Amino acid sequence: MSRTPLDTVEHAAATPDVELPWAELGLKKDEYERIVEILGRRPTGAELAMYSVMWSEHCSYKSSKVHLRQFGEKAPESDALLVGIGENAGVVDVGQGYAVTFKVESHNHPSYVEPYQGAATGVGGIVRDIIAMGARPVAVVDPLRFGAADHPDTKRVLPGVVAGIGGYGNCLGLPNIGGEVVFDACYQGNPLVNAGAIGVMRHEDIHLAKASGAGNKVILYGARTGGDGIGGASILASETFDDAKPSKRPAVQVGDPFQEKLLIECTLEAFKEKLVVGIQDLGAAGLSCATSELASNGSGGMRVTLDDVPLRDSTLSPEEILMSESQERMCAVVEPEKVERFLEICDKWDVIATVIGEVTDGDRLEIYWHGGKIVDVDPRTVAHDGPVYERPYARPSWQDELQADDANKLPRPETGEELKDQVLKLVGSPNQASKRWITQQYDHFVQGNTVLAQPEDSGMIRIDEASGLGVAIATDGNGRYAKLDPYAGAQLALAEAYRNVATTGAKPLAVSDCLNFGSPEDPAVMWQFAEAVRGLADGCKQLGTPVTGGNVSLYNQTGEAAIHPTPVVAVLGVIDDVARRTPVAFQEEGQLLYLLGDTREEFGGSAWSQVVHDHLGGLPPEVDLERERLLAEILISASRDGMIDSAHDLSDGGLVQAVVESALLGGKGARLVVPDGLDAFTFLFSESAGRAIVAVPRSEEVRFTDMCGARGLPATRIGVVDGDVVEVQGEFALTLEELRTAHEETIPALLA
Amino acid sequence: MTARIGVVTFPGSLDDRDTQRAIRVAGAEPVALWHKDKDLKQVDAVVLCGGFSYGDYLRAGAIARFSPVMDTVIDQAKAGMPVLGICNGFQILTEAHLLPGGMLGNDHLHFICRDQKLRVENADTAWTTDYTAGQEIHIPLKNMDGRYVADRRTLDELEAEGRVAFRYLDFNPNGSLNDIAGITNEAGNVVGLMPHPEHAVEPLIGTGRTDGLPFFTSILKKLVNA
Repeated sequence: MSRTPLDTVEHAAATPDVELPWAELGLKKDEYERIVEILGRRPTGAELAMYSVMWSEHCSYKSSKVHLRQFGEKAPESDALLVGIGENAGVVDVGQGYAVTFKVESHNHPSYVEPYQGAATGVGGIVRDIIAMGARPVAVVDPLRFGAADHPDTKRVLPGVVAGIGGYGNCLGLPNIGGEVVFDACYQGNPLVNAGAIGVMRHEDIHLAKASGAGNKVILYGARTGGDGIGGASILASETFDDAKPSKRPAVQVGDPFQEKLLIECTLEAFKEKLVVGIQDLGAAGLSCATSELASNGSGGMRVTLDDVPLRDSTLSPEEILMSESQERMCAVVEPEKVERFLEICDKWDVIATVIGEVTDGDRLEIYWHGGKIVDVDPRTVAHDGPVYERPYARPSWQDELQADDANKLPRPETGEELKDQVLKLVGSPNQASKRWITQQYDHFVQGNTVLAQPEDSGMIRIDEASGLGVAIATDGNGRYAKLDPYAGAQLALAEAYRNVATTGAKPLAVSDCLNFGSPEDPAVMWQFAEAVRGLADGCKQLGTPVTGGNVSLYNQTGEAAIHPTPVVAVLGVIDDVARRTPVAFQEEGQLLYLLGDTREEFGGSAWSQVVHDHLGGLPPEVDLERERLLAEILISASRDGMIDSAHDLSDGGLVQAVVESALLGGKGARLVVPDGLDAFTFLFSESAGRAIVAVPRSEEVRFTDMCGARGLPATRIGVVDGDVVEVQGEFALTLEELRTAHEETIPALLA
Repeated sequence: MTARIGVVTFPGSLDDRDTQRAIRVAGAEPVALWHKDKDLKQVDAVVLCGGFSYGDYLRAGAIARFSPVMDTVIDQAKAGMPVLGICNGFQILTEAHLLPGGMLGNDHLHFICRDQKLRVENADTAWTTDYTAGQEIHIPLKNMDGRYVADRRTLDELEAEGRVAFRYLDFNPNGSLNDIAGITNEAGNVVGLMPHPEHAVEPLIGTGRTDGLPFFTSILKKLVNA
């Protein structure tokens, strides 16, 4: 076994002709040439490792950047935004001196390969982003998409993903309060595992990822660094250095939630004592990312001695150490006189902490290994100056045909009996059925502040015990709508999440997003992406809710077949007193049911068209964001002034789905009358946006309808909460038992 | 005059702050105890709260049982100090042999989180006097390893001596023998259960019920009147 000399900066300069495996590391030829140009010589193996991983699509957003700029350019004026796009997570002012940070990220590809660990480390990663802002994590949400519910591979992927999310989140002590589970054949082979988290802090506790102050120490703390999640760097190691190494390492990282729980407590204790100047979590691209981002965001440079990194596997090469994505690690910048106290706190929590370097006067990131300098770069060129692509995009040739295939022309039920059968089929279909079998594997109660959790319209957490101040979060996304019209689809996702937050009584404040699409190298996919971003940015501007951050996941496709464009939108809201929250469940018999908003014949992309006709075509529901804003104002006022006792937004599945859910959750039925001007089918199944149903106590009816009338929001009385059946007068009646059986038995029958 | 009730934090404890809140809501004074510290800070009673102490990596509660704080807790419990173990705390109490039997993984192999109906079987322990025997209550349950098991003789003894404190009603969520949700020692000062009373003390939070509050008011009355 021979060993080539260490590939130092000096060695690289002296051996310009050495061929490096840039293509195997995923770099394009022009990207490699750009690196050579930046450095003025060939990169060392370690430098190449850093550039390749930091310039990847995942870390550099090279295909999406040109579009994502709109979120900044079109950002509405908002007093609430304390930290915007670009940091680990956005931060929003929620009043009373509190700030809330929240973000949604994807862990799609790892979760397909290894469902349990992929999903678990997705939770771990987003939670570290939240801690890195200075906040205590208080809740998680998980928007999920799987292939067809009855496909055998779904039975492999889904239980693993759900167990992974539960296994990690439950062990961290984070209540899981929301999210979605959607099945569609387009996600076969490309499940979407998005994970969101919320954290709370005082304004003065906000921390940022930057290394300032020459002489300050760089401390790596948490788990030891191992060989997991290295991916491409192994190629570099085996080809350049040592052929006898074990070549197959797990590409998916392995999570240790217990270690992460210690990391949370120890980090928060260090923040409390004001020991931390800058902080960054280690996620994708590991130390490469943490060192280059900390250094480039700060005022100076950074010198790191890689030999000091605690290792799980002593045979790791420096390239592998730089690229390792071992979980549960963080990097803090600490003033020299505070290092001892910082290490004491880590010791108290049994967390390994090591000084691995320091902030320097210069502007270079220098990394040493065995006494040799193996990295000497301008950190900005690694972290921020990655390639930017203006990828070609074009409206797909099939879009017109898809939109012309009008769902409104599908055969409709003609008798009460047919309506009844289709209602049962709808509420028992995998997408509309109860997801309790899944959500009961998540802890909703831990931390003792959960006010609302799924299946409520939004999750709600109390953040101040004395005043009752709380925050609400909802995540939504409808890939079917977005496939029919990505611009409208993104706005409908935003509108639904916004509406869901308002339905529970909270005021929507800000947005995070997770944009899941196919390959950016396909102009049709790129068009979907561009349209969705444009739609979301325009929508956020109109609703006054800025995008605070988020994540893009591309290449979600198998061969030529991309997933439906799936922008998942999270909206965060605030409520002055959680005692005013409005639940979904019907509370009292005799209360009056009102339908708010306008109902049109809109069936394109609807649950009904999918369940009854297996059809996707036409146009999605019309978007009217001014109407959404008015509806939200009415729902919030009604909640604040005690005019409604329950409310439910109308979205996929339409009115009948919402009524059935409210009835089953409350254990109380409803008698409905089809309003004048509507036929029973449209009344029950239409998915017109900008609508909700509310239950109004009789004593509040006049006050409530006067308010709607004065503000110009259509409010139609459609029935009353009563009995143990859901009845549509003159059409059909279904007992709660029949509905419960249909709604609750589907998912366990498929997956348990 | 109030009572000081300690809540132990082990690495991986999750419900320590929630349990402190429940003690406060009941009107007692919560005192934080640290697993590395043998000193119980002169508390009148101790709660071992829920969580995944030491990640539950060997077996739930198996490592926490050897923490320095547990030496004192075990001695004091034997001398009569009231001790309540909730979920992971219950697991620790069985590992410490302060309560008989042990916990295995749920029979369905999944974590389960639900609003669980229970019957109070013994309202004479230090932690249950504010209930009445036979009372039906709802308490949130959330665990991975909640299946209570013991040998036949132990089960017979527990049943004969009225030491089954709580039993699952309508639905056994984990396959526990005899539907056992919680038990007490012979003296009635040590009680362990899998459901989480600390998550049912405020009307707006969690399931919206306050059926768990009597645990904390029971002990407060006992300590104040002692």
